[in-house]
Amino acid sequence: MIVPAEFYLVLATVLFFIGVFGFFTRRNLISLLISTELMLNAVDINFAVFNAYCHPEHLEGFFFTMFGIGIAAAETAVAIAIIINVFRNAKSIHIKNMIELKH
Amino acid sequence: MNYLEFFSMLPEISLLAVFVLIFIFDLVATGHRRRIFHIMTSLLMLAQIAVCLSCCDGEQTLFGGMYHNNSITSFMKAMLTFGSLLVILQSHKWLRNTHSYYKQGEFFILLLSTLVGMYFMMSARHFLLFFIGMELASLPLACLVAFDKYRHHSAEAGIKYILSSMFASAVMLYGISFLYGTTGTLYFDDMVAKIDGSAMQVFAMVMFTAGLGFKISLVPFHLWTADSYQGAPTVVTAYLSVISKGAAVFTMFIILTKVFAPMTKEWQMMLYIMTVASITIANLFAIKQNNLKRFMAFSSISQAGYIMLAVISGTASGMTSMVYYILVYIVANLAVFGIIETLEHHNENVELTRTHCNGLYKTNPKLSLLMTLALFSLAGIPPFAGFFSKFFIFMSAFDAGFWVLVFIALINTVISLYYYLLIVKAMYIKPNEAPIPEIKCDPYSRISLVLCLIGVVLLGVCSFIYTSIDKLV
Repeated sequence: MIVPAEFYLVLATVLFFIGVFGFFTRRNLISLLISTELMLNAVDINFAVFNAYCHPEHLEGFFFTMFGIGIAAAETAVAIAIIINVFRNAKSIHIKNMIELKH
Repeated sequence: MNYLEFFSMLPEISLLAVFVLIFIFDLVATGHRRRIFHIMTSLLMLAQIAVCLSCCDGEQTLFGGMYHNNSITSFMKAMLTFGSLLVILQSHKWLRNTHSYYKQGEFFILLLSTLVGMYFMMSARHFLLFFIGMELASLPLACLVAFDKYRHHSAEAGIKYILSSMFASAVMLYGISFLYGTTGTLYFDDMVAKIDGSAMQVFAMVMFTAGLGFKISLVPFHLWTADSYQGAPTVVTAYLSVISKGAAVFTMFIILTKVFAPMTKEWQMMLYIMTVASITIANLFAIKQNNLKRFMAFSSISQAGYIMLAVISGTASGMTSMVYYILVYIVANLAVFGIIETLEHHNENVELTRTHCNGLYKTNPKLSLLMTLALFSLAGIPPFAGFFSKFFIFMSAFDAGFWVLVFIALINTVISLYYYLLIVKAMYIKPNEAPIPEIKCDPYSRISLVLCLIGVVLLGVCSFIYTSIDKLV
C-alpha cells in the first residue's frame, strides 16, 4: 500500500505550525531552538515528498533536504554556543532575562 | 569537466585565497609580526576590490546556469568589499583592547566568510546556491554579533539575531519548498516559465518575501533590529546595517524580477504595504530614541524602506538607482558609525546617548563637521550625495507609476530631517559643561573617515558615477 502524498504534506504543515506556535509561546531559549528545528524539519519533509511524488525524474529535492539538514546542524551549533555564552553571563536561559537592551 | 572553468568565478576564488592567507598568517605569526596583520588585511582587501572591478566587463555562467556573474554583480561585489574594507579599518582600535586582541584573526575570518556568502548569494541563479550563500552570510554574522564574550548585551543581541534569522530562513524555505512542488525545478530560468500565479505559488511568494524581509528588516519583520544593533559591537553594527542589508536587497531585486516576473502585480502590492509601513513606522520610532545606536537602527529600517522604492519599480533604471543608493548609503552610514565607534572608545565604552553629543563641536570640530555632512546625506539635503540617490530612487518609482508612494516617501523625508537635525543641534547649539574631550583618531579610522568624507561630498557631484553604473546594468 502506498501512502498518499497528502498525508505527508499534512504532517509537514502541522509540524511547521507547531514550530511557529512554539517559537512565539515558549519562554526558554533551548525550546525556541527546538521550535525552529521543527520548522526546518517540516521543510525537509516537504522537499522529499515533492521530489518523490511529483517530480521523481531529478533528485533536486532530496539534495536540498540533505543540504538543509547540514545547514540546520550548523545553525544549531552556533545558536547553542551563543546560549552557553548567555548562560555564563546571566546564569539563566529564561527569556525574562533577555530584556536588558533598550534600557 | 574542465577544472579550469572554476576560474570563471574569479571574485569568489580570489576572496577565498585572501581568506586562506589570513588564516595561515593567524596560525603562524607570533609576537611583533602580528603588528602588520591589520595593514596586511587592508591591502589584501584593496587587491580584492581591484579583482572585482576587473571582472566588470563580461559575463560568466557556470554549473549549468547555477552561477551567473555579470558586470553589475561584479560592481556590487566591489562595492561591498569596499564597505568591508572601511569596517576593517574602523575596527583597529576595538581589536587592540585586551579582550579581543588575540581574536583579531577570528574577526577577519568571520567577516570574510560572510562576504563570500554574500558573493554567492548575489551570483546565485539556483535556489540551493542562494540558500547556502544566505546561510553562509548570516551564520558567521551571528558569531560576530556575540563577539564581545564578556558583555551580556552582546550575547543577548547575538541570541536574538540567530533565533530570528533561523525563524526567517525556515519561513523562506517553506516558501521555496512549495515553489519546488509546483514547478519541479530550482533553477531561476526554468522556474519562471512554469509560474502561473496559482494560489499555492502566491502563498510561496509571500513566505519567501517575508523570509527575505527579515534579513532586510522591513517593517512587520523588524523587531530584532533595534536590540541586535544596540547590543552588537559598534563595528559589527556598522557591517550589519549596510553590507549585509545591501546584499540582501540586491538579491531580492534579482529574484523578484527574474523568478516572480509573471506575478508582478502581486508582489508589487505586497512591497507597497511593506514600504509605506517601514518608512513611516521607523521614522516615528526613531524620534523617540535617545541611544545613538538604537536611533541608527530605526534610521536604517527607514532607509531600507527607501531602497524598496527602487525594487518595487523593477526596471533597469530601478536597478541603477538601487546600486547607486546602496553606494551612497555605505559611505554615509559608515561615517556615522565610525564616529560613534571613536567617541565610544574615548568615553570608556559607555553606550552613547544623544546627550553625550552636546557641545561636541567645541572640542571636536572636525568630527562633528563630518557627522553633520553624513547625517545631511542620510536625510537627503541637496548638495550632498544622499540627495541625488534619493532623487534617482524617487524618479524610478515615479516612472513606474507609483506616484502616491513617492508622495508618502517625500513627506517622510521631512520627518526624518527632524530627527537627524536633533543630533546636529545637540552638537552645535546645546551647551554642555563637560563635553567629550578632544579626540585624536588612530591612523586607520582616520583613513576610513576621510574616505567616507570624500564619498559623501563627491559621489553626488560627480555625475559620471551614476552614468557609469547605468552602463553596467
